[in-house]
Amino acid sequence: MEAIARLVAAAADTTAADAKNTAAAASAGYAYGLAAIGPGIGIGYLVGKSVEAMARQPEAAGMVRTTMFLGIAFTEALALIGFVVFILLKFA
Amino acid sequence: MLALDFPEINSLLRWKDLFPSFNKIALIAVLAVVISSTIFLLALRQNHEEAPRGIRNLAETIVEFIENGVVMQTMGKEGLAWTPFLLTMFMFIYLCNVPGIIPFFQMPATARMAVPMFLALMVWVIYNATGIKHQGIGGYLKSTLFPPGVPKALYILVTPIEFISAIIVRPFSLAVRLFANMMAGHILLVTFALLSEALFQAKDKILIPVGILPFFMLIFLTSFEVLVAFLQAYIFAMLTAVYIGGAAHPEH
Repeated sequence: MEAIARLVAAAADTTAADAKNTAAAASAGYAYGLAAIGPGIGIGYLVGKSVEAMARQPEAAGMVRTTMFLGIAFTEALALIGFVVFILLKFA
Repeated sequence: MLALDFPEINSLLRWKDLFPSFNKIALIAVLAVVISSTIFLLALRQNHEEAPRGIRNLAETIVEFIENGVVMQTMGKEGLAWTPFLLTMFMFIYLCNVPGIIPFFQMPATARMAVPMFLALMVWVIYNATGIKHQGIGGYLKSTLFPPGVPKALYILVTPIEFISAIIVRPFSLAVRLFANMMAGHILLVTFALLSEALFQAKDKILIPVGILPFFMLIFLTSFEVLVAFLQAYIFAMLTAVYIGGAAHPEH
């Protein structure tokens, strides 16, 4: 009886830990995947508009490029925070 | 099918001490300081009235890049006094990023949070101090927290948002941007290196030629990291310039 109880307890233990790991891995994946949607659209729109502006006014290309990099840096930060959350969920 | 096990994250990022309390990250940071100061000190020894040659060409190119690409674009002429600071920042971050793709180093020093966090805190102190110096503490708080041109009733909404974004989020996002970019690059390189190694050593003979694919991806990502290392240093210097410029000369 005691051995069976121990086995059951061990099985319950591993399943609890497994369930936690599975949930952490799944939510880590969702966290990064969801965090990448918005910045993906944003950066695409931003660079597209910048190329449009540069094509219309090639003499302003330098200024547009600087502003574009700044905008990319701000937009990208959101995706990177998602990546940090992914690392924290998966490994911490 | 493959005996592929992703290693523990700490084994990718934590390094053993070379000497007590001195590991590879510290070595890279020290090397970055030594290399950048050597370049500029050697360049300084040349006669500045002659045509530049040798290492002075490199040094002048970097200085001109910072002046034209960072300072003039964001702060204008009156910001040129900040060139030495931004140049130091740019060189240090760039030389900390680049070891991520140099063989035997294979680790960007900025992929540990301590380095970017300290740099971001330094920038935070400097741009707040600049704002207080140029506008006085009341004027600085007024121009940051109460942006002009907003209807009075909206300040209930705008002021907390401005406070959070200008005082709290700025240094945080500055640090996280650099750190996460470099760490993501490092982990990507590790992933593809491990995958191609596991495929090249697979027991199933048919899998061995498939290993070419992640290997090409590894080469492509390595060249991509060359770009990322430069771009992150550039963006860090540029955002620093934007924050300092914004604190020194607020919009009216």
